[in-house]
Amino acid sequence: MTKTAPALRRPGMKTDTRTLAVLGAALVVTLWMADQIEMDLFMAFVLWVLIAIRVVLHENRVALIGTLVALAIWAIVLPFFQDSGGGFIEDATQALALTVMALGLNIIVGFAGLLDLGYVAFYALGALTTGWFMSGFFAGAGGGEGFSLLVGEPASNLPGVHFNFLMVLLIAVVVTTIAGMLIGLPTLRLRGDYIAIVTLAFGEIVGRLVINGDTIHLFGEQLTNGRQGITPIDKIDLPFLEPFSGLELRPWYWVALALVGVTLFVNYRLRDSRLGRAWIALREDEVAAASMGVPLVKTKLLAYGTGAAFGGMAGVFLGSYLNTVNADQFQFSFSIFILAMVILGGLGSIEGVMLGAIVLSFINYNLIPDVFNDYPSKVGLDFDLSELSFGIFGFLLVIMMVLRPEGLIPERRRKIELTEGVGAGDTAFGGGETIQEVRA
Amino acid sequence: MEASTEAARLPIRTNRWDRVRGYIGEYGLIAVLLVMPVFYGIQDLSDEGSLAPLGNNIVDGLSNGAIWALVALGYTLVYGIIELINFAHGEVFMIGSLVTAGFFGTLGLTVSTGVGGLILGLSLTLVLAMLASGALNVMIERVAYRPLRSAPKLAPLITAVGFSFILQNVGILWIGGSPEGIPDVIRAQRELFEIGGVSVSRGDVLAVAATIPLVLLLTTFIAQSRLGRAMRATAQDPEAARLMGINVDTTISVTFLLGGIMAGAAGLIYALYQTTIWYFQGFQAGLIAFTAAVMGGIGNLKGAVLGGFIIGIIQQISDNRTEILGPEWTNVVVFTYLVLIMVFRPSGLLGEETREAG
Repeated sequence: MTKTAPALRRPGMKTDTRTLAVLGAALVVTLWMADQIEMDLFMAFVLWVLIAIRVVLHENRVALIGTLVALAIWAIVLPFFQDSGGGFIEDATQALALTVMALGLNIIVGFAGLLDLGYVAFYALGALTTGWFMSGFFAGAGGGEGFSLLVGEPASNLPGVHFNFLMVLLIAVVVTTIAGMLIGLPTLRLRGDYIAIVTLAFGEIVGRLVINGDTIHLFGEQLTNGRQGITPIDKIDLPFLEPFSGLELRPWYWVALALVGVTLFVNYRLRDSRLGRAWIALREDEVAAASMGVPLVKTKLLAYGTGAAFGGMAGVFLGSYLNTVNADQFQFSFSIFILAMVILGGLGSIEGVMLGAIVLSFINYNLIPDVFNDYPSKVGLDFDLSELSFGIFGFLLVIMMVLRPEGLIPERRRKIELTEGVGAGDTAFGGGETIQEVRA
Repeated sequence: MEASTEAARLPIRTNRWDRVRGYIGEYGLIAVLLVMPVFYGIQDLSDEGSLAPLGNNIVDGLSNGAIWALVALGYTLVYGIIELINFAHGEVFMIGSLVTAGFFGTLGLTVSTGVGGLILGLSLTLVLAMLASGALNVMIERVAYRPLRSAPKLAPLITAVGFSFILQNVGILWIGGSPEGIPDVIRAQRELFEIGGVSVSRGDVLAVAATIPLVLLLTTFIAQSRLGRAMRATAQDPEAARLMGINVDTTISVTFLLGGIMAGAAGLIYALYQTTIWYFQGFQAGLIAFTAAVMGGIGNLKGAVLGGFIIGIIQQISDNRTEILGPEWTNVVVFTYLVLIMVFRPSGLLGEETREAG
């Protein structure tokens, strides 16, 4: 560690010209991007100013806290500058929900170093919970009259089960935490790529169960609606934030923002806790961690459980927001989409993952289908870019891993880990071991 | 529980759970593998009084299994030498199928092509598909795995997943997003002969007849040639191999080349046998073949072939039954086997304990 420490210390003010040039370029890009994604230009400019202040005064603590607070306020007031019925707000809400998921996956992959390729399973379970408890899916509930708890007018009179959003959120968190631990159990004795494959298999199994759920009958009710999907789903019903509808998206945005806030708080607290340090120790060297008294089973299971819970939370929100719980949402490619966010931002880096999630979801839901879609045909090629979105993410994964494995905003420890191995001489094989040797 | 994780590595099993696990690992896998054939066999006997339906499943399963075996060889070769799951391998197989279909068009092979033209055309296509897939696999190794050879294990696995998606999109660009039918040049479903109610079609014979020589060639190459010896040495200890004057990078490239060649051949057989190709075929094939490789014991060539045949039969039984299972459950069945094997017997049927299995 001491060996690499000097290289990490930035030479401070010496890079001023370079920083300013980058910031200048960033202003142009930010404004152009904001224009493309229908974001308010004034708000985009404010965002740029905040980032600039943070970059220039990155050693000043007051400025740091100030910009963070300002950033939070900026995010809260952002909807007032936008059209409330769609466009930017719609994509932003989606991006925030996906941020929650990416931060959850970051706990498993980034903190604990367990590559989970089946994260979509938790999204599916969360969304299914919404489908079960916030719609008319169980038409026979309450003797056909419906069964409701703490919900307002329209939903409380309809057949089916209708619970309050917060209760469903709680149920989903419990369900996905248990599911995460159950999926984690078989991987406990495995290491490395075997974990990836087992989680991938579980993701696929859950996806298949949702697709074929209309043929499974439990207590006289089918499990899911298969490819048809469960729809409509109740709108979120919370006090002070009326009304939630497809035309007025601001309340949705704030709920998503609140979820991100909760996730961020939990993530930061966990990272700096005893458990967070245990995860990092586990990631760096399992054997050493075990011999230092880190309980492997508990630590790993908690990583799976906590990570999964956020996937479930986001699933509940998205189920209600998208108004459908559809089997085609839960495909392997979605797991990779979320993984790409974590990799792009920087494994283990909370700020990075947040950035990666927001950037990638805007690329996926806005830039590719709306802005760049017809570029290939403009240069005489016969395809739409939206067909290739996952190829683009695949490309991104390869490029990031080869050229900048630590991500856009690297976490310090992770950066050391990832760069120490690369180019560390001729020790070609069994990467994990190489690093442990260097470290020892 | 923590104690058991460590205790499993010691020869003496003191923990009761470990002993149970040991028994399950020893005989459980074989028992679980027999469940489906036995269950449906009994059902066939009681319903129709003969085992012919099961027999048909097994014949079809063997020919499917031949394809999975060829793909599984690629996984097992690569894993044996650099302990990496080449996640993009299924897509290399898919590209083999697309090359085959494309070259059919170039050569003008159709249903009405005569025997002589067919043999010549198919041999040419086979060589081309093998070369294309082999070269592609070498390229993937060069671009996505070699720069990361000393990085943590997560890194090459992620680039592998990335490449898998890139190649799927190449497939979309090539033939579009939906499955595409290709000319059934060998009339694969035509019955060749029948034994006791079990019909064997041309496709079945072709698949097995093409696979066995390829596997024999591969095993002979690895057992006897100079490069094969280099491969085995590198698999055993790359550092020592390097000290002994083996060019490790070349050896790894050759391994990927061989794996790709096998996948290309599998792609051709698949295209001939199924007469439908699409960009997503590689994903499922990759996972099934990986299951086969793990089932046989990853790193073990014979195991991969055995696993391929077994998983082929299981998949075929699940595909053709409507009671309890059915085609929509095939993936679940295969993945369940994958998880069970990985948990209870990570070393597979024929393999040794790997480091992964801990």
